[in-house]
Amino acid sequence: MTSTKKDPVLVVLQLSGGNDALNTIVPYGDPLYLDNRPNVRIPVDQVLPINDRIGFNPAMGPMKRLYDEGKVAIIQGVGYPTPSRSHFRSMDIWHTCEPDKVGDEGWLGRAVRDLDPGKENVLTGVNFGRGLPRALVAPGVPVASVGNLETYGVLTGIEIEEQRTKALDVFSRVYSPMLGQGPVLDYFAQTGLDALEGADILSTAPQMYSSSVEYGNDTVAQYMRNIAQTHLAGFGTRVFYTTAPYNSFDTHAGELANHTRLWTETSHAVADFYDDLKEHNAGDEVVLLVFTEFGRRVHDNGSGTDHGSGGVAFLVGENVNGGLYGEYPSLEDNKLLEGDLHYNNDFRGLYSTLLEKHMGLDAQPIVNGSFEQMDFI
Amino acid sequence: MAEQDIALMAHLMRRAGFGATYEELEARAAKGYEATVEELLNPESQPAIQDDILMRYQPQWVSKAGLEGQQEEWTYRMINTKRPLEEKIALFWHHIFCTGHAKCEYPKQQNIELDMFRTLGFGNFEELLMGLSMDPAMVFYLDNCMSHKDAINENWGRELLELFSLGVGMDGNANYSEDDVKEAARAFTGWTVTNSIPRYPYGKYEAAFIYDPSDHDYTEKTFLGETGNFNGEDIVKIVARQPAAARFVARHMYNFFVADEPQVPAWQNTPPRDPEAVKMLEDEYFRSGYDIRSMLRVLFNSDFFKNARFEKVKSPTETVVGTMRLVGDFDMPRPGLNAMTLTIRYMGQDLLNPPTVEGWHTGREWIDSGTLVERINFTADAVGDTSHRGVQAIISRLGSEGATISSERLVDGCLQLLGHYQLADVTRNELIALADSEGELRTGTDEFGTRVGQMLQSIVATTEYLFE
Repeated sequence: MTSTKKDPVLVVLQLSGGNDALNTIVPYGDPLYLDNRPNVRIPVDQVLPINDRIGFNPAMGPMKRLYDEGKVAIIQGVGYPTPSRSHFRSMDIWHTCEPDKVGDEGWLGRAVRDLDPGKENVLTGVNFGRGLPRALVAPGVPVASVGNLETYGVLTGIEIEEQRTKALDVFSRVYSPMLGQGPVLDYFAQTGLDALEGADILSTAPQMYSSSVEYGNDTVAQYMRNIAQTHLAGFGTRVFYTTAPYNSFDTHAGELANHTRLWTETSHAVADFYDDLKEHNAGDEVVLLVFTEFGRRVHDNGSGTDHGSGGVAFLVGENVNGGLYGEYPSLEDNKLLEGDLHYNNDFRGLYSTLLEKHMGLDAQPIVNGSFEQMDFI
Repeated sequence: MAEQDIALMAHLMRRAGFGATYEELEARAAKGYEATVEELLNPESQPAIQDDILMRYQPQWVSKAGLEGQQEEWTYRMINTKRPLEEKIALFWHHIFCTGHAKCEYPKQQNIELDMFRTLGFGNFEELLMGLSMDPAMVFYLDNCMSHKDAINENWGRELLELFSLGVGMDGNANYSEDDVKEAARAFTGWTVTNSIPRYPYGKYEAAFIYDPSDHDYTEKTFLGETGNFNGEDIVKIVARQPAAARFVARHMYNFFVADEPQVPAWQNTPPRDPEAVKMLEDEYFRSGYDIRSMLRVLFNSDFFKNARFEKVKSPTETVVGTMRLVGDFDMPRPGLNAMTLTIRYMGQDLLNPPTVEGWHTGREWIDSGTLVERINFTADAVGDTSHRGVQAIISRLGSEGATISSERLVDGCLQLLGHYQLADVTRNELIALADSEGELRTGTDEFGTRVGQMLQSIVATTEYLFE
């Protein structure tokens, strides 16, 4: 039997540092927004309106365009009970779905294990960026982590190509599992071969790629381009992950200038990625999730905002049911949680929807429980 | 100098320090093994790093305002210290008694904690546990400041027993009960930190430990079978005299300095890899009155240690620091160290910010396909850079052996000068064949240095080099 339906693919873009939800989807119609943001406020006349209450940050034009085409779902008030305002801890909770104890397995590591239980493809999960995010970690699950797709590989420091080829040839032989060397060395050997195989395959992606889309030069744009290149190369990758530079969204100071730049870059990268896949007729099977570890304080601190809770997430894709999901959290004093927006959407419900309705996996064991799903797919 | 003495010294310096150049190994071997052990065990016999120089070159390290600067500073100390075991013991206790930057009000608090490990870390285990119980970073990290006489928080009480002194169990039996956890937590009520001053507008402040007698639970407690009106120091005293405390320290020492053990949660039911060795260390724990330095002396002078070469997977910190010491980079404070410390993080060890209160899983769990590529490429880039002083020393030493050198000698000489590494025969033969394929090697040529650098790169990419 042949099928023309392509395997679903999930792409995750992590906005590290705690994106300010209030200045992203701006409640410009709410006088409390103006009261609480005497200094760090988007001018009402610049907001790109969604309705008479809320609108996009003016730097998010490209995502507003996709929203108007019905390709963007905005998940309002997303979070979890008893929010942590530590970057590390809160990100860890989003990565492991363990708000009460410290977990050691990531939700996407588990998803990769379920997608490819026999470890047939070393590229089922691919991270762009250096160091593997906890979300992708699960014991025994190989996930490639690529700092730079153009130069990714083993022994890349050997400059003369002929020498490197010889060295890699030796590498592949000394990393072959040998009889009787024991489980630890067998594991290292297999890991080395997985890394080599992944690098060999991935290194061919840029040459196979051509596109009329010109991405920006910032890190997010380049990694989104790398994800498009790898997806279009058809290596069977099902889960892609990348991260905005470490804590870049942590806008304690100088928020208006920084946040504008961050969203200019991010929304262009997201729209370029969408357009790129569409141009290659390869977007139907892809959903992009954009998330952050928490929102920021309702009241500004004069030049920026401090760590808060309830945030906003986005889903972008050809087959995403665009629109608004959840409720915009109230800014009224008695509805706030310790001065922060109160979540009304558990992120684990968002994950469950993606895992079951999009990826076709059983979400319960991955997110550690049953959570209400949404209709964005 | 007998090569076997240098090989043994290389082993000692990898474990009790972060490795050494061949020249340092020769000098130390000439001085003698036991004399070197004594020097390492008594770090004050060697000069300390001059803090005023660090302040002049890297003022941002002094403020200790952020994780990356703190990691740079510690990495610099590990690379340059003349007291390698002092930094190694700090790393040892940091692996066990870890606090995390993620939950630290004031980052410098973790540096104060490290200083405690550098001093109390060699001494009496009971005193070290007392220091830890009063360490503001730990009191805050494990919420003892949230534990009150009428509403205890068990976090510190539990981790003190489970992760810091006894372990869940040994020889198949539990070391303590849930009631012991609660009683320990009650005994530690009132052990807190001074109220933190709000961060704004002047930044964060150092915290101080205080004992608040009005918030202490004075009622009777029964802990590990003993009953009395215990306070925190009584709990520490009772803990320190348990056989399980001896086992705990001995097994951690064995895992960190001798050979990889299974992960800590398995220790209740999995016996030690070398029960006799662990028994020797346990006996010394009681004989010496819980003295860590005495236990380390027994360990480093034992046959079980001397015979345990390449039985331990290097941690990311050991990999990066060891490589820098070998090639002689960052021997002065200069910009660029951040890339080194980030590499340690990319290899899976974010110093001062462990993933959980359990610290890092070690041994084979350091390696996955992502961290393996980081490790190999980092190490290969460093040893392949023939401008490094340490690499030049290897090149000139091999170059002085004659007008040409054979492929066998190139491989074996590189292994020797890296610190007497050993390869499986099949691996060694592959590298010899690789050298053969490049043709005759003449020592006086420009090509010679490059060829040595390439051989070093191939060696550090092997599975054997993942071990120390």
